[in-house]
Amino acid sequence: MSSSDSPVRDEPAAAATEDPDATGADLVIPGQERDSWLRRLTDSTALIFIALLALVTVFAVLAPGAFPSVPNIRNIFIAAASLLVISVGMTFVIISAGIDLSVGSVLVFSSVVAVKAMTAVGNEGWGVSLIGIGVALLAGLLWGLINGFLIAKAGIPPLIVTLGTLGAALGFAQIITGGINLRGVPPQLTQVLGYGRIFGIPWLVVVAAFVTAWGIIALRFTRFGRYTYAVGSNPEAARRAGINVDRHLLKIYAIVGLLSGLAGVMSLARFSNTNIAGHTTDNLQSIAAVVIGGTSLFGGIGTVFGTVVGVFIPTVLQNGFVILRVQPFWQEVAVGVVLIAAVYVDQLKRRARERL
Amino acid sequence: MSAPLLQARNIVKNYGHVQALRGADFDVGEGQVVGLVGDNGAGKSTLVKILSGIERPDGGEIVFDDRTVTLADAADAHRLGIETVYQDLALAPDLDPAANLFLGRERLKPGLLGRLGFLDRDGMADDAAEAFRNLGQTVQLITVPVASLSGGQRQSVAVARASAWASRIVFLDEPTAALGVVQAQKVLDLIRRVRDNGIGVVLISHNMPQVFDVADRIEVLRLGRRVARFTPSEIDMDDIVAAMTGVLDHEAEATS
Repeated sequence: MSSSDSPVRDEPAAAATEDPDATGADLVIPGQERDSWLRRLTDSTALIFIALLALVTVFAVLAPGAFPSVPNIRNIFIAAASLLVISVGMTFVIISAGIDLSVGSVLVFSSVVAVKAMTAVGNEGWGVSLIGIGVALLAGLLWGLINGFLIAKAGIPPLIVTLGTLGAALGFAQIITGGINLRGVPPQLTQVLGYGRIFGIPWLVVVAAFVTAWGIIALRFTRFGRYTYAVGSNPEAARRAGINVDRHLLKIYAIVGLLSGLAGVMSLARFSNTNIAGHTTDNLQSIAAVVIGGTSLFGGIGTVFGTVVGVFIPTVLQNGFVILRVQPFWQEVAVGVVLIAAVYVDQLKRRARERL
Repeated sequence: MSAPLLQARNIVKNYGHVQALRGADFDVGEGQVVGLVGDNGAGKSTLVKILSGIERPDGGEIVFDDRTVTLADAADAHRLGIETVYQDLALAPDLDPAANLFLGRERLKPGLLGRLGFLDRDGMADDAAEAFRNLGQTVQLITVPVASLSGGQRQSVAVARASAWASRIVFLDEPTAALGVVQAQKVLDLIRRVRDNGIGVVLISHNMPQVFDVADRIEVLRLGRRVARFTPSEIDMDDIVAAMTGVLDHEAEATS
């Protein structure tokens, strides 16, 4: 593969017939490509980011003591961490014009088999914890590969495939546990990853930040990200351009599976048990976060930064309502409204953009 | 006439029980413009897709440079230097023109970053801008999504992509359909330039004056078969129409 080839060098005749100095160099403003990502970011995410800032400001004004305090900010970030990890993966899936409903079940399955593995080799120590982490990641990856294989190779729609694995993964988790939450998480895991901090920053948040940074960089600056947009934008065009669309989809679902496994480890560390019933709406929460962040359900458009904002809006709402003693159920109402508004704005933008 | 660079022999393609191609032949030589004409449903686009590697034939043989080749996917065709402007353009509407020009062949940054998959975005943008200028195309909007370009601009992006990468053969399936008179003329000029560079050009068009203007040879498909080959200077348009509608069939005589 000659990815370093220049198409222009391959076409000497075309180049020779044009005087390089006389052609309209002013047709293309050189700086444009450099800051286009910035412009696109401000286009699609500015509104929702301003909404988040406004939300934070309102809560800070209404509860000046409790809301902007360091422990509370820490709480908000911890509450957002594992949803953020899943949602970064979900961003890639939705940009590729897919969907993954199975993330919460895969999370639960991964944490269940991780606890089983850890109790089998002894209940304590870093070695045991690392085995648990490895097993959880592997289990998540496996479910991701199953999803990816069925979607890319068997051609079954992602909605159906992941609806199936949503049931299957949760079912297996309950078969393994008999429906009872497992304990037996090594204290090392809960004390460090669950409650521990480095320079005052919780480890859970550090992990989520690393995943987010990877997502932002991979999506915006690498070939992997470019293919994700291309596959979501027009899969047939991607195929005709020589991109292996099936393999790319397989990778995307494998990654979101892997990240669900990682979120399973984070959940174990935080709650010290498998919390089987606590993740039934993780899929919808993460899809909502991604969509609120400006990613289009039709594929081809979206940013990880938007997803970060989309994760924090519900988290901040929940936190602020609790502090203000508003019934926290209002959070779900507010998120629903924001979600619908976000999709509406996306469609308005698409309609404005399409020219015929 | 130069030796055929690409030959299709007896190509068969069925979709369900619809026979799109029933033993079609086709030749194009180096530095030659071949007009491929035929009525709607004659199999022109199917033939182009097969020779571009995105559809697999059910029968027949493709010979490239005197070697029988199998085109399993578009990348196979690209490796042979075959590029195509599809009728539907095959662009990713959410990507900008530069990203579309390099789609599937992204250039990576040198060194470690490149090995990690980092794109050389600036380099690609600069080269894409140059490719569009070579086409005489004023793509001011090089950083906006293709979806917000006009039909003509989109078509120009697709044509620029194919002509920039092709080293042996370019297929152009209705490349001027959405273009104005001036831009269509520029595409015809580009076809001549590409031809003069030794590249074989296959032009599919319903615009007969354009085909007569630029083609060195015209091949006529009818009902999934080649029925006639002409040199434009020796015939007039009535002969083409006769072949397209079945009044005239050279190849039937030749093979019987």
